[in-house]
Amino acid sequence: MIDDIERIRAAAPAAVEAASSVDELRAVEADLLGRRGSLTELKKGLGALDPDARREVGAALNLARGSIEELVEARRAALEGAERAAVIAAERLDLTERTGHRTRGALHLVTQTWDRLVDVFIGMGFTVAEGPEVETDWYNFEALNIPAAHPARGMWDTLYVDLGDPETVLLRTHTSPVQIRVMTETPPPIYAVMPGRVYRRDTADATHMPVFHQIEGLVIDRDISFADMAGTLEAFTSAYFGGSIHSRLRPSYFPFTEPSAEYDINCVFCEGSGCRTCSQTGWLELGGCGMVHPNVLRNVGLDGEEWTGFAFGFGLDRLALMRHGVDDIREMYSGDVRFLEQFPS
Amino acid sequence: MKVLLSWLREFAPFPVDDPAALGDVMSDLGMAVESIERIGEGLDGIIVARVLELRRHPDADKIQLVDVDTGDGAPLQICCGATNLSVGDTVPLATLGTVMPDGMEIARRRMRGEWSNGMLCSGRELGLGEDHSGILLLDTAVPLGTPIVEALGITPDVLFDLEINPNRPDAMSVAGVARDLAARLGLPFAIPDPTIEEIPGDVAGRISVDIIDPDLCGRFHARIIEGITIGPSPRHIADRLTALGMRPINNVVDASNYVMLELGAPNHTYDLATLPDGALRVRWARDGEPITTLDGVERRLTAGRDGVIADATDTAVGIAGVMGGAATEISSSTTTVLLECAWWQPMAIARSSKFMGLRSEASARFERGTDPEILDLAARRLAELLAPSGARLVAGAVTAEGSLPERAPVLVRTSRVNRLLGTDLDAGTIAGLLRPIGFVCDPAGEDWSVTVPPFRPDTTTETDIIEEIARHHGYSRIVGRVPTSTQTGALTPLQRDRRVLRQVLVGLGVHEAMPLPFLAPDDLARAGLPAGAVTLTNPLAAEESVLRTSLRPGLLRSVAYNESHRTEGASLFELGRVFGPPLAGAELPDEREHLAVILAGRDATAAVEVLEVLHRTLGLPPFDLDQQQVPAGLHPGRSAVVRIAGDVVGEVGEVDPAVLDAHDIGERTAWLQLDVAALMAHPHGEHAYRAISRYPSSDLDLAFETPDTIAAATLADALRRAVGGLLVDLALFDVFRSASLGEGSRSLAFRLRLQAPDRTLTDEDLAGVRAAAIAAAAPLGATLRG
Repeated sequence: MIDDIERIRAAAPAAVEAASSVDELRAVEADLLGRRGSLTELKKGLGALDPDARREVGAALNLARGSIEELVEARRAALEGAERAAVIAAERLDLTERTGHRTRGALHLVTQTWDRLVDVFIGMGFTVAEGPEVETDWYNFEALNIPAAHPARGMWDTLYVDLGDPETVLLRTHTSPVQIRVMTETPPPIYAVMPGRVYRRDTADATHMPVFHQIEGLVIDRDISFADMAGTLEAFTSAYFGGSIHSRLRPSYFPFTEPSAEYDINCVFCEGSGCRTCSQTGWLELGGCGMVHPNVLRNVGLDGEEWTGFAFGFGLDRLALMRHGVDDIREMYSGDVRFLEQFPS
Repeated sequence: MKVLLSWLREFAPFPVDDPAALGDVMSDLGMAVESIERIGEGLDGIIVARVLELRRHPDADKIQLVDVDTGDGAPLQICCGATNLSVGDTVPLATLGTVMPDGMEIARRRMRGEWSNGMLCSGRELGLGEDHSGILLLDTAVPLGTPIVEALGITPDVLFDLEINPNRPDAMSVAGVARDLAARLGLPFAIPDPTIEEIPGDVAGRISVDIIDPDLCGRFHARIIEGITIGPSPRHIADRLTALGMRPINNVVDASNYVMLELGAPNHTYDLATLPDGALRVRWARDGEPITTLDGVERRLTAGRDGVIADATDTAVGIAGVMGGAATEISSSTTTVLLECAWWQPMAIARSSKFMGLRSEASARFERGTDPEILDLAARRLAELLAPSGARLVAGAVTAEGSLPERAPVLVRTSRVNRLLGTDLDAGTIAGLLRPIGFVCDPAGEDWSVTVPPFRPDTTTETDIIEEIARHHGYSRIVGRVPTSTQTGALTPLQRDRRVLRQVLVGLGVHEAMPLPFLAPDDLARAGLPAGAVTLTNPLAAEESVLRTSLRPGLLRSVAYNESHRTEGASLFELGRVFGPPLAGAELPDEREHLAVILAGRDATAAVEVLEVLHRTLGLPPFDLDQQQVPAGLHPGRSAVVRIAGDVVGEVGEVDPAVLDAHDIGERTAWLQLDVAALMAHPHGEHAYRAISRYPSSDLDLAFETPDTIAAATLADALRRAVGGLLVDLALFDVFRSASLGEGSRSLAFRLRLQAPDRTLTDEDLAGVRAAAIAAAAPLGATLRG
């Protein structure tokens, strides 16, 4: 039997090596070590041997089994490695070999700017108010201390809507009518911003559109002063444009505020040192502001001795254009996908 | 408003060394400096030369060679492109090394092989007017080599161009700007009193003024100037008018304009000989009343809008405050002038000039409000300007009074000043800011009783005066502070929902567009939409005369635009307002917010998919697609009305091929439109937690042969209702039609995922579900396929 064992053990390496796949190896393993395998068959003859011979043959059997098992395991590892390598080779992909593509859409530049501005003001404790885009003369002009024959009406080129009496219904020329609505509908204190779409009778060119966007702010509270306005605008300026950009106020005139001011910021391109964009002045004119005019407060039924407030406003489109260096406002409204997709965030 | 530094200095001793700093002060006072021009600067090195010889350039047609003499008799060759030169002309020569007003440095250089030793200059190149048609020809008597500044008598000066706000009528004059500026700089300010000799005469006997309508004219001051000789103005007057943008005409008209610019007192001169009895009547115009104005235009006036000055025959000889009449105009034969210095009702002049489309320097000042107390000074100043030409002011005046606004003192409370400005100014400081700009401050306890000067008609209330205090204190000196909002800043639910809608859509690869909301009259019909939109009264163009009732025309236009620029498959959305006629009893149009999605190159199912994602994200109640109702302008077989709980909230499908054709869109185009308010009126935004079962789930695949008349969603709903609580998911996974199924029906295969929260499902459970599903499908005519 020892010879048989030795013969099987000697033949095993060739048989194991001949297995060219994990499946073939499994068959070889079964032939040698399985329940009906050759070593197992020999083991069944052990019982007929005397104890000494049984011990000797048994030891030889175990030795042979152990060495064959090692051979099989080694071969299995080699075969599995090769099979995995083959699968991986077959699955190789050129990751740049792509057709078609998925993209995220882009929010309109106006929306992106709108959201950024609104988020800053929300952080400063403001709510966001809205109103209709078609307005009455009362909300757009009269209540704002701009009576019919007021020369200041010339400051706005108004588009009128063909409804009711002539020049009574119009496309709002600013978001200020929302201020009137807020003051009429909400008791003070009021801390609100009004972003929105506005209309002017203007021919479209690189810097003008008949439709554009503004954001205004309104604060009404006890003891609100010009200093509060200056501080609020300065805080907003640094929050939105960055800490190195500051604001300044210059005397101006608006019918609905007094004292009124122009709101300038350090030029965001040269940070105040002077460049072409700011005509070497170091400043950019952003918008207007002022203390809410006593007549406006009276028109909405507020007592100007008890409540004071300020309002401010500026164009939103220009900020959008400035941020991305777009030099023609018409691009934003063309609907051209080649433009829209340039600003995914 | 333009002002010259030299002119300002006639009222206060402003420093000349730093015009930019002076400009900064003006801007800080609210007179924004738009430009500063230094007159006569950059003309050093430009001298007078004489043309000795003109020769052809051997190698250029458009350049000639000019030999000039600069005084030493030696010919100096210049290359010159101008053709207006003759031998013997004297011309300005920019010598080598000169830096021109525009910054260009003159150097010796070769032009097509010929040397040019300087440049001959046009008027524009010297910064003297706009003439660039040829070289400026000088007076031949000027000695050669004389600096041009000397030859032309140019006085170096600084011209400030200021933007004046409507509430600063005082700053519409040189003196007014000087007063404001002097006050800030702490310099003494005074308007010099004219020095003239008046000649005796019977003014009251020669002229008369009758103000018939006192609400038109507050004061009419008339004087007589005799000994007029019409001729050109002296050089310094003509130069100043030119610098401030007015064209010199003759000495009388120029003096009139000069006084208007200097003192802000527009005035008018009549040839007294043309006025019967020297009589003037001031009244409102009659409807259709004719007048030929100074510009030669015959105009018809309107009652209640225009004011006139009429003569003794009651014929209009001028439009009040706007423009004089041709019949009484100063002519070369005029010897005696009736001078009108009047105060007109600002609103009247504003209305008249606006509706007549006639704006003049005078009307611009009258409509802001002029100074009624300066009329006598203005008249004497005008006479003073004319005196060198021999004109003499006749002593005595006729002054007719109408109604002038009251100027009651205004109480200015120190506490109110500080409360409104956030400052801590004491009463003395406040008066110290107001007095230099003409406000009279009388003590009233802690406060001031302030009398506003007559040249500040804009200022009538305490707040108006507080603005003046702030202006002169300096806005930049008010220290900012941030008020503590007593509110919590937050978006409203609708504002948050809008952000969700937008984020979902961009996540699906759709770009946000904002087409213009104006439509052409036929755009609605072209988009398959009904007529009946609100229109504009005064559109800029017919193509922008209609307010959109739908976002569709704009988005169709955008898709067409993209397609025509080779961007097929544009996916766009818009969230914007649309406008319908006012609802019953409303004053304003029916304004609604719509969300529209357009997907070029995609079919209706793509739009439904977008709807499903939006719907799921918002957590709205289930929606129905009603294909029985075809929304206007959509594909009749591929569109539906979207309903939630029976309410129409939008439309979905494909754009009608005929509409696509009308827009030259070649791709199939999916469309979704939702009414934001209608959508959000339904409960949404709550995504309640549903526990995930720990027990295994089982799938049941059921294919039903279903009539085409039954929507897949209808069958799915029936299955959902029948299966009930064990169903965790139901998905349509296969649809097919075949000959064996026959016409009029198709196979719809659903996968039902079943799971119980508390146990493993048994075969009996599955059998029960299967039976219930078959039973639910049967009434719809759907039968299980074997």
